[in-house]
Amino acid sequence: MRAAVVTFPGSNREGDAARAVKQATGRAPDAVWHADTALPAGVDLVILPGGFSYGDYLRCGAIAGRAPIMDAVRAHAARGGYVLGICNGFQILCEGGLLPGVLMRNRDLRFVCRMQHLRVERADTAFTRRYAKGQAIAVCIAHGEGNYEAHDETIRALEGEGRVAFRYCDARGVVGGAANPNGSTNDIAGVYSDNLRVLGMMPHPENLIDPLVGGVDGRGLFESLAAA
Amino acid sequence: MKARVVVTLKTGVLDPQGKAIEGALASLGVPGVASVRQGKVFDIDLAAADRAGAEAALKQACEKLLANTVVENYRIEIL
Repeated sequence: MRAAVVTFPGSNREGDAARAVKQATGRAPDAVWHADTALPAGVDLVILPGGFSYGDYLRCGAIAGRAPIMDAVRAHAARGGYVLGICNGFQILCEGGLLPGVLMRNRDLRFVCRMQHLRVERADTAFTRRYAKGQAIAVCIAHGEGNYEAHDETIRALEGEGRVAFRYCDARGVVGGAANPNGSTNDIAGVYSDNLRVLGMMPHPENLIDPLVGGVDGRGLFESLAAA
Repeated sequence: MKARVVVTLKTGVLDPQGKAIEGALASLGVPGVASVRQGKVFDIDLAAADRAGAEAALKQACEKLLANTVVENYRIEIL
């Protein structure tokens, strides 16, 4: 698995994503700049990291979603390549047309930064094979605009096609209620593209890969990708 | 040529910022505010000399960047 991490002006978790990739694959990812127009040859996985690209100006991810490198990312996805967008990266994937829907301001208007459990909705994708279906994993969230919204028919299609990757849950795996940090429709924390090779998610698995910071439940995602 | 683009949330899309502003107006005692929806205004200077060219450019700007048409509507005013 050869990975590349795209950095936009205002990205700030590119180092965390690179560390998680290196731990899982033994190989540091290539660093790609937003103004580049091509990905390094032979890249299997493109990661759009968290942060505040372009200062969240206009809408979160709106300007980054139209950055020069994104044509190459769209072409990579169209070829069946893997793409992982985390937090701001998820917003960029939605704004860039790679995933449906939009991330709106959190229901309670607050930036939420805390540990958060997610229920793994399916364990048969390249991103989740090292997890069990229905498993509650502990990762963290840090966002002000994570409230996933889409047209009713889009939500129905995502649900019907098994394209919800993760839902917000409590430590016992019970979805929704107070465990939903942002008002996200159907407690959605992450969604897949129709070919299950593009994943966007608000939570940060890349920050839970070391016991030093309180858990290693994020490792499974990168280890799944490493084996894909 | 000068133009103004107004971007607003579509009807039915939850607008927590608008709700918070609505609540603040109520707590300030401003009478008769039934509801508030917030949005964005863009004042744009255009090189186009003709109205049709300006409108076409602005429509492109809105569709490509200024509005996320999943949740937002836009309105173009040539000033």
